[in-house]
Amino acid sequence: MWRFLLPTVLFAALVTFFAFGLHRDKETLPSPLIGKPAPIFTLPHVEDPSQTVSNAAFAGKPYVVNIWGSWCVGCRQEHQTLLEIARRNEVPIIGVNWKDDRAAALEWLQTLGNPYAQNAFDGEGRVAIDWGAYGAPETFLVDAHGTVIYKHIAPLTLDIWDREFLPLIGLNARSGAAQ
Amino acid sequence: MIIELGHFALILAFCLTLPQAFFGLVGAHLRRPHWMAVTNRAVAGQFVLTACAFGSLAYAFNQNDFSVLYVAQNSNSALPTFYRFAAVWGAHEGSLVLWMLVLSIWTLAVAAFSGSMPQAMTARVLGVLGLISAGFGLFILLTSSPFERLWPAAADGRDLNPLLQDPALAIHPPMLYTGYVGFSVPFAFAVAAMLEGKLDSAWARWVRPWTTVAWMFLTVGIALGSWWAYYELGWGGWWFWDSVENASFMPWLLGTALIHSLAATEKRGLFKSWTLLLSIAAFSLSLLGTFLVRSGIIESVHAFASDPGRGIFILVFLGVCVGGALLLYAWRAPLFRSNAGFAPVSRESFLLMNNVLLVVATTFILLATLYPVFLDVLGLRKISVGPKFFTATFLIPMLPLALLLGIGMHAAWKKATFEKTRAKLTAIFVGALAVGVVLPWVVYGWHSVLTTVGIVTALWIIASSLLEPIERLRKGHSLSAGVIGMCIAHFGFALFVLGATTVESYKHEMDISLRPGQSTQIAGYEIKMTGLRNVQGPNYDAVESEMVITRDGKAVATLHPQKRTYRVQTSAMTEAGIDAGWTRDLFVAMGEDLGDGAWSLRVQYKPLVRFIWLAALVIAFGGLIAICDRRYRQRITTDATEAVASDAKTA
Repeated sequence: MWRFLLPTVLFAALVTFFAFGLHRDKETLPSPLIGKPAPIFTLPHVEDPSQTVSNAAFAGKPYVVNIWGSWCVGCRQEHQTLLEIARRNEVPIIGVNWKDDRAAALEWLQTLGNPYAQNAFDGEGRVAIDWGAYGAPETFLVDAHGTVIYKHIAPLTLDIWDREFLPLIGLNARSGAAQ
Repeated sequence: MIIELGHFALILAFCLTLPQAFFGLVGAHLRRPHWMAVTNRAVAGQFVLTACAFGSLAYAFNQNDFSVLYVAQNSNSALPTFYRFAAVWGAHEGSLVLWMLVLSIWTLAVAAFSGSMPQAMTARVLGVLGLISAGFGLFILLTSSPFERLWPAAADGRDLNPLLQDPALAIHPPMLYTGYVGFSVPFAFAVAAMLEGKLDSAWARWVRPWTTVAWMFLTVGIALGSWWAYYELGWGGWWFWDSVENASFMPWLLGTALIHSLAATEKRGLFKSWTLLLSIAAFSLSLLGTFLVRSGIIESVHAFASDPGRGIFILVFLGVCVGGALLLYAWRAPLFRSNAGFAPVSRESFLLMNNVLLVVATTFILLATLYPVFLDVLGLRKISVGPKFFTATFLIPMLPLALLLGIGMHAAWKKATFEKTRAKLTAIFVGALAVGVVLPWVVYGWHSVLTTVGIVTALWIIASSLLEPIERLRKGHSLSAGVIGMCIAHFGFALFVLGATTVESYKHEMDISLRPGQSTQIAGYEIKMTGLRNVQGPNYDAVESEMVITRDGKAVATLHPQKRTYRVQTSAMTEAGIDAGWTRDLFVAMGEDLGDGAWSLRVQYKPLVRFIWLAALVIAFGGLIAICDRRYRQRITTDATEAVASDAKTA
């Protein structure tokens, strides 16, 4: 009786589909911000609260905004990548230290190294909301015209950086990857 | 130290699931009573060990042991004691331990109350449950252990997700899990029957109470979730068709179908293979729900740590468990033929229609939930399916279901002629039609045809479900608990239809901005903001507004909605102010601080909204009455003799 096999067949199809679904690239979820002007923020500096950091100061050249926190495990994971990007000196990285404790953030930077050109302290998470971040780490690429052109959710790897970020700002991966 | 003991206890509990499964299944196959007897001991041991594991985790939370990673992530020293206990199941890892504990309690209950069942049947059921426990045990131990240490220990914890710091949500997961996991029992019975190659009305009688109890817990669990969403999320809605809600609702729908199909299997020996398939499907959807929620394959407002590794494990487990059962079904189902016939108009046909409509509804929800993922996997586009679509498609099978229910309850088995009840049913229907059209019109005004249909249907089912009990009582006839339970549950369903239709048709919702001293009007009530103040809770700070509600100058209520900021996770929570009543709720939730003392507010008038949750309780209560039926407690003499005979054969 083949009709009794029908449930099994349907179920097998469903499981196959889920198996593909699991590997689907969720990191490219569209951000409403892509193609729009980057929200401008002015926040206190992480290292020195009396100073302020604004991404307006970086306008005219491409820059990266990286949302991080010392409480965030994924940020620890991507930290080496950020250090490498900073070492190559291609694009400045502005850190937005999100809902963090200032002392913990400073300790993090001292022990793990500081890849950030500037580091803004966003204790209340207002800027992260403007940027539509719903977790950390998230990394945004802003072009020379001040337009957000790429968003990456989850820890950044050099592979993703070379493949997805660099071509968008006219740098090719080889020049960057000359190690 | 305690936490390591808990970890060890869980490992041992996992180890015991293996003999439980082996001796249960193989012992029954080889007909060895001594082997089968081992199963019961394994079950008892597994329960004690799982309880120890759970207890050690609860102890770590109670002691604020932040050297345990899971505790550090989900608790805080300022967290009130009650929530410190509820935090055990506040995230993925701990909720799986709860899941495992609940499963071991169900297994223990099956072992304890299996007196009337042949030993081989019990052993097989316990064996299958052992396999499921083994799968979950391995899942916890390999991918999701809550017993990991954090070294050096955290000074304080990251706190429990503020959304979960609420009494209703603290008990919502245990209720829901008891329901979800409970469906593993009919699943195990189905597999056991297929292995045995025998499915009779006694089998259906054993399965029915278990199915009903699982379904009752699921009913209450879903209702608690809905109630919580209503007052805690601050939107004032009671159902969002969120994928996690759907994950709990689909097994409920299939469980409902299963309860009805089991009735036909028990009374008339019908729909046997269909009942088996539903038993498998109800539990599969519970597992699928877990998979959807924990694997991160679907985005949802319900945050769970999602992890592809876990997703793969559950998927494999789902494949083995359900795939195996379905293959067994394909092989064995042809054995279970029903030879009883029934007329086109009969109780059987109505039950069949009930099943078809419920399965159609479940399929709609499943497809709509998976559709966005499906498109995405195919690389087409990223979309989300809106609640409007869900509601519209859900009503297509549900309206005929509700209308037919009123007649179906009074249909006789085999062939229904409605000779005695025709006149009364007609009178009831005309009455429901008249009242259903006129009453809402007078009270609330005209809304739409669909509203009228909903209210008429609700009144029709209410009257119809009361008809038989009233008749019997008047004539002094006795009524079995099963029938009373059925009538109560159907009455509850009608209350739900009434509440849901009324609130969705006649609610008023407005978003306004007020500052102290200003007021607004809604549905004849005047709502005035009289003050704003700062409040400090144990682990949060809040802004609280005082809202005085009056009607025609008379005081109605004073509400104190809050906007809370939990200190550790710095997330804002809405604590709505609700004046609850039988006929309506007045709901005020604080939105955003607009500066200068002005706040955006969400003000809502919700007629009969309480009926929705009340209905769920009534439905569950109907189930409770139904399982008290005497026939579930009787030892079935024929089966007893059979068991003796089969024992004699092996001896």
